[in-house]
Amino acid sequence: MEMTAAEALVKCLEKEQVEVIFGYPGASIFPVYDALYHCTSIKHILVRHEQGAAHAADGYARATGRVGVCMSTSGPGATNLVTGLANAYMDSVPLVAFTGQVPTSQVGTDAFQEVDITGITMPITKHNYLVKDAAQLPRIVKDAFHIAASGRPGPVLIDLPKDVLLTVIDYHYPRSVNLRGYKPNYKGHPNQINEAAKLIAQSRRPVIYAGGGILSANAGKELLTLAETISAPVTNTFMGLSGFPGDHPLFLGMLGLHGTRAANLAVTNSDLLIALGARFDDRVTAKIAEFAPRAGVVHIDIDPAEIGKNVPVHVPIVGDVKLVLRELLPKLVKRDDTSWLEQIQAWKEQYPLCYCQESEELKPQYVVEKLYDLTKDDDVTVVTDVGQHQMWVAQYYRFKTPGSLISSGGLGTMGFGLPAAVGAQLGLPGRQVILVTGDGSIQMTMQELATAMEQKLPLKIIILNNKVLGMVRQLQQMYCESRYIAVDFDFHPDFAMLARAYGMKDYTLCTPAEVDRLLPEALAQAGPVLVHCVVSTMENVNPVVPVGKAINEAVDC
Amino acid sequence: MRHILAVMVENNPGVLARVAGLFSRRGFNIDSLAVGRTENPKISRMTIVVEGDQRVLEQVTKQLHKLVDVIKISDVTTEQYVDRELVMIKVNASSSLRGEIIQIADIFRARIVDLGVKSITLECTGNDAKINAFEESLRPYGLKELVRTGKIAMLRGMRYSGVQDSGGRQQEPE
Ligand SMILES: Cc1ncc(C[n+]2csc(CCOP(=O)(O)OP(=O)(O)O)c2C)c(N)n1
Repeated sequence: MEMTAAEALVKCLEKEQVEVIFGYPGASIFPVYDALYHCTSIKHILVRHEQGAAHAADGYARATGRVGVCMSTSGPGATNLVTGLANAYMDSVPLVAFTGQVPTSQVGTDAFQEVDITGITMPITKHNYLVKDAAQLPRIVKDAFHIAASGRPGPVLIDLPKDVLLTVIDYHYPRSVNLRGYKPNYKGHPNQINEAAKLIAQSRRPVIYAGGGILSANAGKELLTLAETISAPVTNTFMGLSGFPGDHPLFLGMLGLHGTRAANLAVTNSDLLIALGARFDDRVTAKIAEFAPRAGVVHIDIDPAEIGKNVPVHVPIVGDVKLVLRELLPKLVKRDDTSWLEQIQAWKEQYPLCYCQESEELKPQYVVEKLYDLTKDDDVTVVTDVGQHQMWVAQYYRFKTPGSLISSGGLGTMGFGLPAAVGAQLGLPGRQVILVTGDGSIQMTMQELATAMEQKLPLKIIILNNKVLGMVRQLQQMYCESRYIAVDFDFHPDFAMLARAYGMKDYTLCTPAEVDRLLPEALAQAGPVLVHCVVSTMENVNPVVPVGKAINEAVDC
Repeated sequence: MRHILAVMVENNPGVLARVAGLFSRRGFNIDSLAVGRTENPKISRMTIVVEGDQRVLEQVTKQLHKLVDVIKISDVTTEQYVDRELVMIKVNASSSLRGEIIQIADIFRARIVDLGVKSITLECTGNDAKINAFEESLRPYGLKELVRTGKIAMLRGMRYSGVQDSGGRQQEPE
């Protein structure tokens, strides 16, 4: 069928069953918008900033398990996507981003709104394309969706020169993908799986260390079976949270920099670490030489490059965590050596997470705990921003269903929260989506309140306003003898009035009593709500592993 | 240890930037890099010489494999191989010294590719040791310009590091 490449692109997206595109128009991407005009199956969400488009596509992808799609014009539109792409790359989220580009005849001439976006995004995309031959576009789109969603997922960018978009091509959508250089391995090696089973049978103090791979492989059920079969305690990385039920007796909580002492002690004393879809990130290992010093390591990951990257591994298994666990489970014998679990239980009781809510001053942790209490029996998705509030959510909210936490882990992008919540809510219309954000983070992307309202999204936004960039203040307290600089906000907008300016219902909560009384009411509202919680400024995230220390050397500060 | 990697890549625009960017981004050092087409015009072969222990080599290889355009990687140094590099050297050569220089060239089986009034340009092929020795022998005459291609290498006998199937992408339209 003859049509312009722009029209063909829309056809390709229909073939990929794309339902939503988050985007922002401009001159170079113009032809695609014109082609979208006649398309009824794809909804275009007009964000208020392209960064919002990328984060919204990211939130949508995490919430639904589908590929998120975002789009921008050339130049500034494209550069505005960059943070969102880096974020998706670090957290292995499948995205396909389309950018407009100046006509091919002008590429390389510093034309108006020209940037080399494929050059810029090379290190932060799984792959990218500058389309020069319009006839190749359908094949490129097919490949891009395949690359984004398969193997270790990640973002792919397609740069579209305007003249290419207007070229008439003979449209065929390829049925299959054949990339010589890209063939992810899903099935684990049987011998390696046997080796793993052997090590597990021999181990006396196993710990399962599960990361975001559990969620991308949708292996929550298999993880639970594994843990229960071998009676091994489970700790999650931040990215892995929600992959194992937070209220399960075998759950240790998060490990690492702000992990529970029980999790960190368990890992330090373990004789076998079973690493599942995790990458021994520096926030997890702290001083790496003393990370799990007595443990053998079984590492299962879809990305071979993660195995052996940071720590030596005894049994490497490259494959999809779900498929590998399915092969491994029947080879395991039930273990019920109780002494290790008794030790774990003792640590849990000795070192619970705690904070002090004794005065009238509202503690941020209290709000998170209350939020958990109020929503634990419902299907909710919690989205966070980045900072102390994010860690408190990780510590005090006990996630139960896989995917119920959406947050920026690898890049730690302040401003991720609101647009990601918009994307998540669009992907899960019937579900309650709650954003927990900070007074700093929300101001990075709060223009997306307009998008949320325009799309009539019933978002619940909880701002934990401590009047500072709390996480940085804590660092300055710890490492700079409280020489606070550039962390205090002397001016804030009136967040309640801000909510009203956008037509949202607002609550301001300043005491525990107000939280008790009004948070249930706020959450019960059918429409969008902004809950402004005025919380104490000096609260710290504890425990914390000081720089250069091992994970079992955490302190309270 | 030094390793010679034969990296077969799709001959797509930007592929050199992807590979070079990966090395610099991840802090791997490239000793030398030579790129050219193979018997299949859709595939280029990069010969990359890297310095590093087994761990570094493993990471280099795995990270390269993650690039969609990288089809195949072989560490030539793990087997019997031959390697060559070509150098062109322009040396000062007044007519009185030409005879001496030509004698040196003969010893190294180098060839004269250009002759100027005051200079002579020689071409020599060989492995590292030979090329280094050649360079040192000419240094006393004054090296005006020197260029090396970077090393290329091949496995001996019937073993090969190339890509077997020479067909391109297969795609059937719907
Ligand atoms: C885009 C971006 N800029 C800077 C930082 C560094 N940073 C990490 S946490 C933080 C403070 C976050 O403040 P807020 O959102 O108010 O949350 P709080 O820590 O107070 O809970 C900053 C500035 C970051 N992570 N992201």
